Amino acid sequence: MNDMTRMERTVNSKAIKIAASDVQVYYGDTHAIKDVDVEIEDKTVTAFIGPSGCGKSTFLRCLNRMNDTIDICRVQGDILLDGEDIYDKRVDPVQLRAKVGMVFQKPNPFPKSIYDNVAYGPRIHGLAKNKAELDEIVEKSLRRAAIWNEVKDRLDAPGTGLSGGQQQRLCIARAVATEPEVLLMDEPCSALDPIATAQVEELIDELRKQYSVVIVTHSMQQAARVSQKTAFFHLGNLVEFGETGQIFTNPVDPRTESYITGRIG
Amino acid sequence: MTDITQTPNAPVPSDKPKGGSLFEKDPRTKRRNAAEGRFKMYGIAAIGVGLLMLVVLVTNIVTAGMGAFQQTFLELDVTLLESKLDKKGNRNIDDIKKVSTFGYAPLVSAALESEVEKLGIQTDLKPKKMAGILSKAAMAKLRNYVVANPDEIGKTVSFRFLANSRVDGYIKGRVTRASIANDKSISSEQLDFVDQLIDAGVLYKAFDPDFIFGADASDQRPEAAGIGVSMLGSLFMMLVVLALALPIGVAASIYLEEFAPQNRLTDIIEVNISNLAAVPSIVFGILGLAVFINYMHLPTSAPLVGGLVLTLMTLPTIIISTRASLKAVPPSIRDAALGVGASKMQAVFHHVLPLAAPGILTGTIIGLAQALGETAPLLLIGMVGFIASNPPDGIVEGFLSPNSAMPAQIYEWSKRADPAFYERAWGGIIILLLFLVTMNTIAVILRRRFERRW
Repeated sequence: MNDMTRMERTVNSKAIKIAASDVQVYYGDTHAIKDVDVEIEDKTVTAFIGPSGCGKSTFLRCLNRMNDTIDICRVQGDILLDGEDIYDKRVDPVQLRAKVGMVFQKPNPFPKSIYDNVAYGPRIHGLAKNKAELDEIVEKSLRRAAIWNEVKDRLDAPGTGLSGGQQQRLCIARAVATEPEVLLMDEPCSALDPIATAQVEELIDELRKQYSVVIVTHSMQQAARVSQKTAFFHLGNLVEFGETGQIFTNPVDPRTESYITGRIG
Repeated sequence: MTDITQTPNAPVPSDKPKGGSLFEKDPRTKRRNAAEGRFKMYGIAAIGVGLLMLVVLVTNIVTAGMGAFQQTFLELDVTLLESKLDKKGNRNIDDIKKVSTFGYAPLVSAALESEVEKLGIQTDLKPKKMAGILSKAAMAKLRNYVVANPDEIGKTVSFRFLANSRVDGYIKGRVTRASIANDKSISSEQLDFVDQLIDAGVLYKAFDPDFIFGADASDQRPEAAGIGVSMLGSLFMMLVVLALALPIGVAASIYLEEFAPQNRLTDIIEVNISNLAAVPSIVFGILGLAVFINYMHLPTSAPLVGGLVLTLMTLPTIIISTRASLKAVPPSIRDAALGVGASKMQAVFHHVLPLAAPGILTGTIIGLAQALGETAPLLLIGMVGFIASNPPDGIVEGFLSPNSAMPAQIYEWSKRADPAFYERAWGGIIILLLFLVTMNTIAVILRRRFERRW
C-alpha cells in the first residue's frame, strides 16, 4: 500500500463531467445495478472497485451506452454528460461513443495494420482532411499511448501481432485518436503482465491531464495507485464513493473495510 | 554419531509402494485401457469401411465412365462429287443446302469402297453395308463441312468419322458376336470387316472432345452425344444462383444476426430457415413450376427458371453458413468498433463482414455445388429436355432458351434404351464429380488460407 503515496492526492473541486443519479440497470428480470449515484470529475481518474459480479463493468458500460447492444438490458435513471442526458431520445449513441471512448478488458485490436487500427476512428469521424493530417493524428495518438517508439518502424504490421501489453496500449491509442472527452477502461490490465501493467498505469496517469478517466479494476492496489476517486460497488449497490486516499485508509462503510482488508470479495 | 553422518539426507526407500507398484497395471486400469483400445478399433473399422466404399464407388464410376471419353473413329478420304452435291455447278449455297444428309450417304459408301480396294481388304459386303458401321452423325458431319466450305466441292478431303455405337461397343468389349445375334443394326460380317479395318489401322479408338463439348444426340446415335451444352445450361443456372442467392442470403443473415431484435417473430423466421434447408428439393421444383412457369409465365426449360428454383433451394444453406461465420467473429471486434464510435453498420461492414468473408464464400461454394448436382427440381420445370442443338448464341439466349443441366442430362441418358447411353451417363457423372470436387477443394483452400483464429 506504499504506492498510495506515489501520486499527490490534491483533488481540487473540478468540473463534474458525468453525473449519474438514481441509475437502475436490469438484465431481464435481474436487477443488476441499484440506485447508483456517482459524479465523475473532469481530468480525474475514477476507479470502480468491487468483487466480481458486483455491477461495476455494467455501470461503466452504461456511461457510453455499450449496453444498448444487449437486447435484454434496460437502464433507468439519469446519466448526464456535461449536463445532457445521454439516454435522451435525441442522443445518437454513435455520437456519444465518439465523445466517451472505451478500452476493453481483453486487448481487441482489429485484425488490420497498426496504422489502420489507430486511423479507423478519425477516418469514420472525418477528423482528418488529408493523409498528412491523418498521419499526424496516428503519430500523436501512438505517442500518447506510449507505444510510438516500439511500433513506428512497423506501422503496416498487423496489430494482432503485437504482445499483449502493446496490443492494449494500441487499443488505448485507438481510443484517444478520436479525441474523446472521457475514457472508460474496463479492467485494462487484467490480461497483462506486471511490466505491461506498470506501463499502462503510467499512461493512465498521463492521460489524466487531458481526459476524465474511469477505470474498472479488480486490483485494489491498482486503484490506489492510479485513481484520485474510488467507488466501491457491492452486489449492485454503490457502497461508498470518495477520495481514493480516504476510501483506502479510512473507509466509512464496514463493507468497504471488509473488502479492502480482504475479508469479502 | 557415525550412523547419522553416514546418510544424513538420503531418501529412505520404502520397502513397498503403498497402493501397489506403478510398474504394474491394476485390473481397473487394464479394463479401461482395453475399452479404449476397442473404441479405437471401432473407429478405425468405421473409417476403413468408409474408405472401402469410396474406393469401390470411384473405381466403379471410372471403369464404367472412362469409355465415354474415347470413341471409335474411321479415317476416310471422301471425294466431294460435284454431280451429287451441286448439280448446277454454280456453288450457290442455297442449292447446296437442298441436298439432305441422305444425299451424302452414297459419297461415304463410295469412299469406303475405294478405301477397301486401296487397302486390299477382301470382303463380300456391299458398299452400303460397309457404310453401316459408321455413325449416322458421319453424313451430318460431311454435310456441315460442305455447307461451310462450298469451295471444297470436287476435291478429295480426309475425314475422321465416328463409328456407330455397336462398332464402338465391339471395340470396347461391350458388344460381342453372341450378343448381336438378334441385332438388326449390325451383322457378324460387318464385325469381320471391322476387324480387317482395325488391322489396316484406319479404324481406331481415340479421345473424343465432342463428348465434353458437344450437344446431346438422338436415340439412334449415342456415339455422338455430348454433355457440353447441358454444361452451359448448368453454368447459366449457377450464374443465376450466384447473382441472387449470395446477395439475398448475405443480406438476410447480416440483418438476422446483427440487427434484428430477438423476439418471437425472428425466432419463427430462424426455425423456418432451418426447416427450409431440410425441405426435399422436389418440393422446390413444384413450387418453381407453379410460381415461375404457370403463374409468371417464364419460359419452360430455361436456365433462368432453373436458376431461380435452385436459388430458393440454396438460400437456406447460404444463410445458415453465413450466420455461422458471422457468429464466429468474436464480439470483442464489434465492441472495439462500437467503442470508437462506429455505427452498427460500419462495425459490420468494416470489421465483421471481412472477417466472416471466407466462411461466407465457403458456404456459398458448397451451396452452389449442392445446386449443381440437383436433379429433381429440374425434372419438374422441364430442364431435362432433349437439347441436340448447338450451344446458345448469346448471353440472353443462354438464360432463356431451353437447355438441360448436367445432372438432368445424366438422368436422361441413364433412362434411354441403348446401352451405349449408359456409358455416357457414367462419363457425365465423372465430369459432374470433377466439377464438385474442384468446387469443394476451392472452398477448403479458401477456408484454410483466409480463416483467422483467435
